[in-house]
Amino acid sequence: MSNVLIFVEHAEGEVKKSSLAAVTFGQELAKVKGGELHLALIGSNLGEVVDQARKYGAAKVHTFDNACFENYQAESYTQALVAGAKASSATMVAGATTSSTKDLMPRVAGELEAAMASDVMAVVGANQFKRPMWAGDVIATVELATDTHIATVRATEFDDPAEGGESPVEAHDLNVDLSSLKTEFISIKQVKSERPDATSADVVVAGGRGLKAQENFKLIEDLADCLNGGVGASRAICDAGWVPNDLQIGQTGKVVAPNLYFAIGISGAIQHLAGMKGSKVIVAINKDPDAPIFQVSDYGLVADLFDVVPELISSLK
Amino acid sequence: MKVLTVIKRVEDPEIKVKIKGDGSGIETDQMKYVVNPFDEIAVEEALRVRDAHSGELIVACVGPKDATQQIRTALAMGANRGVHVVADKNLDPHNEVKALQKVVEKESPDLIILGKQSVDDDLGQVGALLAQQLGWSQISFTSKEESLEGPEEKGKQTALSIADGSLQALREVDGGVEVLKAKLPAVVTTELRLNVPRYASLPGIMKAKKKPIEELAAKDLLGDTSSIIKVIGMEAPPSRAAGIKVENIGELVEKLKNEAKVI
Ligand SMILES: Cc1cc2nc3c(=O)[nH]c(=O)nc-3n(C[C@H](O)[C@H](O)[C@H](O)COP(=O)(O)OP(=O)(O)OC[C@H]3O[C@@H](n4cnc5c(N)ncnc54)[C@H](O)[C@@H]3O)c2cc1C
Ligand SMILES: Nc1ncnc2c1ncn2[C@@H]1O[C@H](COP(=O)(O)O)[C@@H](O)[C@H]1O
Repeated sequence: MSNVLIFVEHAEGEVKKSSLAAVTFGQELAKVKGGELHLALIGSNLGEVVDQARKYGAAKVHTFDNACFENYQAESYTQALVAGAKASSATMVAGATTSSTKDLMPRVAGELEAAMASDVMAVVGANQFKRPMWAGDVIATVELATDTHIATVRATEFDDPAEGGESPVEAHDLNVDLSSLKTEFISIKQVKSERPDATSADVVVAGGRGLKAQENFKLIEDLADCLNGGVGASRAICDAGWVPNDLQIGQTGKVVAPNLYFAIGISGAIQHLAGMKGSKVIVAINKDPDAPIFQVSDYGLVADLFDVVPELISSLK
Repeated sequence: MKVLTVIKRVEDPEIKVKIKGDGSGIETDQMKYVVNPFDEIAVEEALRVRDAHSGELIVACVGPKDATQQIRTALAMGANRGVHVVADKNLDPHNEVKALQKVVEKESPDLIILGKQSVDDDLGQVGALLAQQLGWSQISFTSKEESLEGPEEKGKQTALSIADGSLQALREVDGGVEVLKAKLPAVVTTELRLNVPRYASLPGIMKAKKKPIEELAAKDLLGDTSSIIKVIGMEAPPSRAAGIKVENIGELVEKLKNEAKVI
């Protein structure tokens, strides 16, 4: 059988939006391969997420529900996914591109002797995929020349999945002895935000070095709040420690594709563009008329951001 | 403490690459090559670890003959010696890891530091795959919370705390940061916000010329190096037509409402 197993991530009792895109990838690929779609959920007290995952017509939802999976850990989650791959006779194991899958999937590839395609943007054939190279300056078609394949999937390239018949659940009772692992989980500190995450928000307002100082990021936040949007940042201001690194958008940060993206005081380096040029409408505000960001923006305003952003905020309020 | 870093030679990320007419690869004429930026960060962190715990830093590279230049750069930054696995083409992660495993077998380092991603193939696979194949502990995307422009960075202290056979480090995850503790030997990959790599000093460059680089041939180490990730074509991304310039906020808001209909 040529089945597809999608690793479905969740947080606070809900399937993550990026994982829904990966499910769509799975539906598409299963059709091309002529195989079944299976989903894997890993966690502790999965609860309602399971019902949510059953909605997409998968042949089966595999659950690994055990206290040992409370925190994501590369070694324990690899064991679960490898067990899931065997149980589902999967020849493709994939998940959305996230910090977890980037850490996890190369291990799963190693265990299953599989070739891996990172950050897949499109399915070309049963073993052929499109993916970015050189910060997205090149879109390559790659062929995976092994029996089993692994992929991470760029969430912004796939829509939400079609709903289908309710999937049966197979509960796996895998218990990993955490003390046997080589790496120990100590703690996690989540950045709490009232705003929507940039990867799923309809509007993203991003700021860069042009903001001059950490306290001016408030302008970005205020504008985002007017539009119920998320916030993002260039690498320059993450490195400077003005904002958490989690906000970095680009080749080596997050990839976003909202309906509306504001780049404010951002020059538009190719590494930044790699993370946002899929946005539907791009607005750039920069005082330098030659800033490269204007080459990708739909609406450009050459102005001092300190003059115009407050005006924009008050006109939207 | 024996530390190994692995560096890759990549096209200068400041230069926009061009695809050959037939889509078989990129134009390499007059291309400038550098150490993969993440790997420079790996070398910097490895130097700090070595200096804090005394020992040796070896830098390994799998790549073409010309990659010697990038190894010399790392030696000029302060690494002790180099190991160059010479390959006539870029290997896929699977073969790179096999080659690196041979180096690890021979050198038995306590710690391996790699970049999280090479900026040419953008795969981000080698670190975790190497850890898995070696059966070692793994901490990906190590970082620090302090600003890279602040006083802490000036002290050039390592962000990896090593004691009693374990390494504890902060790592970036979506939505926050995590702390993990790994038994040594360990594999660590670097984020951008881990350190600011030093420049090679002139005396450093002079010294680097005399530091040894061991050369091994990929085909002797691996035999068959055929790729399991075959690039069968390359194309340019869909281009975005540049839009218009607006004169003021009034016009911007009007366009966003009535033309783009996004607010
Ligand atoms: C390996 C690697 C990976 C990278 N990954 C990423 C990534 O993922 N994401 C990313 O963003 N970058 C990334 N970078 C960094 C990238 O190359 C740029 O250095 C960075 O994006 C620049 O940030 P910036 O636009 O905020 O700063 P700058 O380039 O300094 O631009 C600031 C802009 O603000 C404008 N400005 C200044 N004052 C005002 C004002 N008062 N009003 C209006 N405009 C003003 C200026 O005209 C300028 O255009 C990476 C680099 C490397 C080498
Ligand atoms: N050919 C290579 N030689 C040495 N190290 C490499 C090579 N390719 C990748 N690496 C290391 O592995 C990291 C991740 O690479 P990649 O999986 O190709 O994105 C890089 O940052 C390097 O540290």
